[in-house]
Amino acid sequence: MSTNMRRRSFAAIALAAAVTLGAAACSSEEPGTGTTEQITLNVDVFGNFGYEELYKQYMAEHPNVKIVERGTGSQLDAHNQQLTQRLAAGAGAGDIVALEEGVIISYLDKANLFTDLGEYGAKDLAGNFIPWKFQQGTTADGKILGLGTDVGSMAMCYRTDLFKKAGLPTDRAAVSALWPTWDDYIKTGQTFKSKVKDAGFIDAVTNTYNTILMQKAGQGAGYTYFDKSGAMTIDTNPAVKDSYDLAVKILDAGLSAKLQAWTQEWNNGFKQAQFATIACPAWMTGYITEQNGADGKGKWDIAAAPGGGGNWGGSFLAVPKQSKHAKEAAELVKFLTNPAGQTASFKSKGNLPSSPQALADPAVKAAVNEYFSNAPTGDIFAKGALDLKPVYLGAKNAPVRTAVENALRTVEQGTKKSADAWTAAVTDGKKAAQ
Amino acid sequence: MTVQSSTRPEVAPGHRRGGSTPPTEPQRSKGVLGRLDIKYSPYLYIAPFFVVFGIFGLWPLIYTLRMSLYDWDLGSTVETAKFVGFDNFAMFLGDSDFWNSVVNTIAMFLMSTIPQLILALILANALNKRLRGRTLLRMGVLIPNITSVAAVSIVFTQLYNRDFGLINWVLGLFGVDAIDWTARSWSSWVAISSMVDWRWTGYNALIFLAAMQSIPRDIYESASIDGASGWRQFWTMTVPMLRPTIIFVTIISTIGGLQLYGEPLLFTGGGNPLLGGSDRQSQTVTMFLMEQFYMKFELGRAATVAWLLFILIMIFSIINFLFTRSLRSADGKVKQKKGASR
Repeated sequence: MSTNMRRRSFAAIALAAAVTLGAAACSSEEPGTGTTEQITLNVDVFGNFGYEELYKQYMAEHPNVKIVERGTGSQLDAHNQQLTQRLAAGAGAGDIVALEEGVIISYLDKANLFTDLGEYGAKDLAGNFIPWKFQQGTTADGKILGLGTDVGSMAMCYRTDLFKKAGLPTDRAAVSALWPTWDDYIKTGQTFKSKVKDAGFIDAVTNTYNTILMQKAGQGAGYTYFDKSGAMTIDTNPAVKDSYDLAVKILDAGLSAKLQAWTQEWNNGFKQAQFATIACPAWMTGYITEQNGADGKGKWDIAAAPGGGGNWGGSFLAVPKQSKHAKEAAELVKFLTNPAGQTASFKSKGNLPSSPQALADPAVKAAVNEYFSNAPTGDIFAKGALDLKPVYLGAKNAPVRTAVENALRTVEQGTKKSADAWTAAVTDGKKAAQ
Repeated sequence: MTVQSSTRPEVAPGHRRGGSTPPTEPQRSKGVLGRLDIKYSPYLYIAPFFVVFGIFGLWPLIYTLRMSLYDWDLGSTVETAKFVGFDNFAMFLGDSDFWNSVVNTIAMFLMSTIPQLILALILANALNKRLRGRTLLRMGVLIPNITSVAAVSIVFTQLYNRDFGLINWVLGLFGVDAIDWTARSWSSWVAISSMVDWRWTGYNALIFLAAMQSIPRDIYESASIDGASGWRQFWTMTVPMLRPTIIFVTIISTIGGLQLYGEPLLFTGGGNPLLGGSDRQSQTVTMFLMEQFYMKFELGRAATVAWLLFILIMIFSIINFLFTRSLRSADGKVKQKKGASR
């Protein structure tokens, strides 16, 4: 009797659960689509964009808009994976999403996933951005996928304590004068290595290689692995092979501490003073400060990068097609990326503006970094960013770049000869482009 | 759980039925509804599993199979994706990178599973002895298993650190030069296998232990009287009697081992961990799958790899089954099977 009772109630509960589940699945709320009513714009970011004050200002001016930032402080990888999933699922992405430089390029041939900001007046804003930055966010057929936020620019950070140990100058002007070209940089490295045995001159070769390639491509054909028609040029563009050979030369000179970027070993390398110089975009100064901590303060300084300006990193804001408030989101993107917005972001989190007007702003231009022996970061990085010539990067740039980087790493690890690694880079690069 | 608790009282009437007094059936049944209840409600109880499995297991499986037949890009839909038949399958079967990931996976699977199961057996045998603080020790072997993959991988990656790692330091005491563990295939396989073993040996030992405890003590006693040594008893009595459990554990380890992902991913580290290192030294099939999705945005190809992995696991499970079945078996097969199913 009691068993029977219990059984029935179980059956009832099971049935009830099934019904509730079904009901719940059907009753998801439809957000309002009207333009005058209250709307919420979700902004998906990674790291820190420093937009808090700008949101407040925008919400005060637009009382019907509520802005919610998601993913603040998150890792770039996690952000990208989540975004890929949400774009694949067709739902869940923010009304505005941050796309890092390498990421926006890979979405250039998937422009149908994003709103063309050109439809909302972004075409007239080209003057607000450094030309190459604006171009990076624009597809070959002129759709504007994203508007630039910050740029990385390029300089060379170096440890004054290790330079002193090697008997090299430590003053930033004198250090910059040591290496007008990459060959001079290698010579300086050899001098350094002859005096200091237990530290590398560079952290690892890959990031240096990327810096060299962007410079050489800017000075040469204006593209790297793909020409503007989209054809593969890894083995025909002299800039690629020249940069590869220069990177191998750095390795042959024994300058690398062989610490793979973004690993625990690499992070330790900052703390343990395992390398003397590192290719240094503006945001890298923040990373060094964080990794090296309080005892690294005053032991670092910033010199000009050999071979001229360059860029590494920086982001864009884009509006996914799946957003229900494309117009309002596009307006907010324009607001956040305008020169005043970029200056505010720099003041808040040190993100270097991608707008020439903001870079000329005294608040940016006169900024110094205390941690880096009071180096005038605003001036150093602004110059590097403005010097750079536009370089076209194909949609499949990221996988091809990874193939070449990995080939260089096998040379660095001593598992392949440089000629074999180059063959592998070309083969893998072509395969990755398919 | 709920099914168990609701059926437990049934045992009592069952016993009575076997007794001399006939059960009073007419009194128990409450008409048509009652009969329907008895007949169909068990299906209702197990239904939630099948419903959930259908939604989250079977449907994705079928959908994945369908996607694998298309050139399905990120942003494609059923309408816009191009049907390519088995082209994706043919492409991967001729792709050296895919086979590299298969070789890596199988190598790491063998390097981790074989020592793991042997160690687990020996460990279980030791824990089955009369020891002081037995429960504590038995619970202790499970601790590595309840720590997260990420924590274990991060700690082990530091142990295998080239410049400051404990393992290179110990090797250095014997005059061995520092090894860059991530640089080569064999070294990364060793490192990753050791992480897997650390996590799963204790877990498997507990399963073996549970099975061992169902082997009657008197068999060992009479074997001791006959003069069989402990080692002999272990190999000629314990191991054969554990055969069904060994099959179970091997198949479960195969399914888990061939889907290896977290450990190699965290061990590789860096900006593109999905590639498994500069020369794809430790890229497993699952990492290769994720590369198709996250790095190349090729959803159709990722689905293809998922199915190839499924087929690979099926093949390995069958090989395992045939292999473990041919293991020596003791007499009284029926008895063992009952013992192992607990």
